[in-house]
Amino acid sequence: MLIRRRPSHPIQPSAITQPETFAQRRQLLKAAMATGIGLSTNLAHALVKPQGDGTLIPNRIDTPHGDGLTLTAYENITRYNNFYEFGTGKRDPFRYAHTLQTRPWVVKVDGECEAPGEIGIEDILRHIPQEERIYRFRCVEAWAMNVPWNGFSLMTLLKRFKPTSKAKYVAFETLFDPEQMPGQKRSVLDWPYREGLRMDEAMHPLTMLATGVYGTELPNQNGAPLRLVVPWKYGFKSIKSIVHIRFTDKMPGTTWQQMAPDEYGFYANVNPQVDHPRWSQQQHRMLGDSFFARKQDTLMFNGYAEAVADLYRGMDLHQFY
Amino acid sequence: MRASQIKPILFTLCLLPFASLTFGIIQNDLGPNPVEAALHATGEWSLRLLLITLTMTPLRRMLGQPWPIQLRRMLGLFTFFYASLHFTIWLWVDQAFSWANIINDITERPYITVGFMAWLLLLVLAGTSNHYSIKRLGKSWKSLHRAVYVAAIFGVLHFIWLVKADWLEPLIYALILTILLAVRLFFRKKPQSWSIKHA
Ligand code: HEM
Repeated sequence: MLIRRRPSHPIQPSAITQPETFAQRRQLLKAAMATGIGLSTNLAHALVKPQGDGTLIPNRIDTPHGDGLTLTAYENITRYNNFYEFGTGKRDPFRYAHTLQTRPWVVKVDGECEAPGEIGIEDILRHIPQEERIYRFRCVEAWAMNVPWNGFSLMTLLKRFKPTSKAKYVAFETLFDPEQMPGQKRSVLDWPYREGLRMDEAMHPLTMLATGVYGTELPNQNGAPLRLVVPWKYGFKSIKSIVHIRFTDKMPGTTWQQMAPDEYGFYANVNPQVDHPRWSQQQHRMLGDSFFARKQDTLMFNGYAEAVADLYRGMDLHQFY
Repeated sequence: MRASQIKPILFTLCLLPFASLTFGIIQNDLGPNPVEAALHATGEWSLRLLLITLTMTPLRRMLGQPWPIQLRRMLGLFTFFYASLHFTIWLWVDQAFSWANIINDITERPYITVGFMAWLLLLVLAGTSNHYSIKRLGKSWKSLHRAVYVAAIFGVLHFIWLVKADWLEPLIYALILTILLAVRLFFRKKPQSWSIKHA
């Protein structure tokens, strides 16, 4: 299904963005250009028409990320999810995630940093400018979607806590509360869900914390109220409903990697040349495509190679999958 | 009860998943990932029908009536029908007939290998399920058709090996199959407990 992006809202990015963030945004735009997808130099873009019945994300800032990508429909993004905390069926999260309480919501940040502390979701939404970025999202199961996320670069948040030079990795944890997340009553995975990034991956401008999708706050099944989005990695890296972020000097254990180390690596970069042991990663299916539609070729780093390939220079990506 | 009364109803019932799948494809109503939905529906129905087929023999013993056996062939053929739909969807829609990948998957990926072997066995069994084959093969027909248990074991293995983390559902199928195999062994050890004899 093709969704046209709406004509521009009359907001000047510079009018609502602090100078510091604006400079950072320039850097980000450069990264976007480098990916070859945000080719337009014109900043006056169109925000997508809000969808879903969640609270509107206020003052969305447009970016050229993902210009030209055909958006996946809101219904497909929100009714086909892997979020085992609410069941292992693809539709389970849509059906059962209403039990999650996303207010109040506090994220604890600690570990190798000078200013450990906590931050509430209201502060995040109020004090950090919320951008709109359209990213490709590629699941390790060989399906994909194009998502208009709302949120901001992870580094914007991380910097507030002043990571020290010992911070080599960042570890994330999802909420653990079987009352709110009934899927956790069965030990399908080793709860709580854990993920991690190398520091340079975490500080990369493309790496994002999302608060919304299609202009409204994330529905619970998509990882409300705060989730990670790393567009060049398989979807399972993009951990949902985060309550804890920790800087560490050692590579943290991550849920899928610990469960099946020969199938899921720590890096999990999208790579059509490295198959999952049980299926090929060369192609994927777009959510919403009809039964007879052809699969699409998967791109190296999910199409973000120009922006991120440098992070892995010299690494054997067959070994570090 | 007589088989001739049940057969038309059972035939219609067995066609329902196929009808619903066809409708879903025409109406584009199979959800965000229709190919996966179709693979799962056909895969699960072939396994279910296979297990239902296997319950017919013990059912005959328990009820002491011949009709379950008279339904067995139809159920077996429907098993093969759904397995072939499943295989066809995979070959055509999923793999787009790209033979190099297909052969690679069948030889390199164990869950595909056992699925394919299960389908091959079902093919042989379906092909020899007619009166002519039964007559011609004589005694060896029975031993040949015991391969249905091997097909069932492969089918369950296929399911277990393709699951990523939640083994509950395939293990339920495995449990049912284990019970069916156990029942068969039980009857085999005590032929005197058979309630009826068949020529
Ligand atoms: C001809 C060779 C076969 C091939 C290539 C094949 C392939 C597949 C594939 C690709 C999937 C989907 C995997 C996924 O989405 O993760 C699947 C699922 C499945 N297949 Fe097969 N299969 C074959 C034969 C069979 C047979 C003979 C049976 C049953 C007797 C069977 C039963 C199933 C079941 C139960 C599922 C899982 C459905 C679910 O997850 O809900 N398959 N198969």
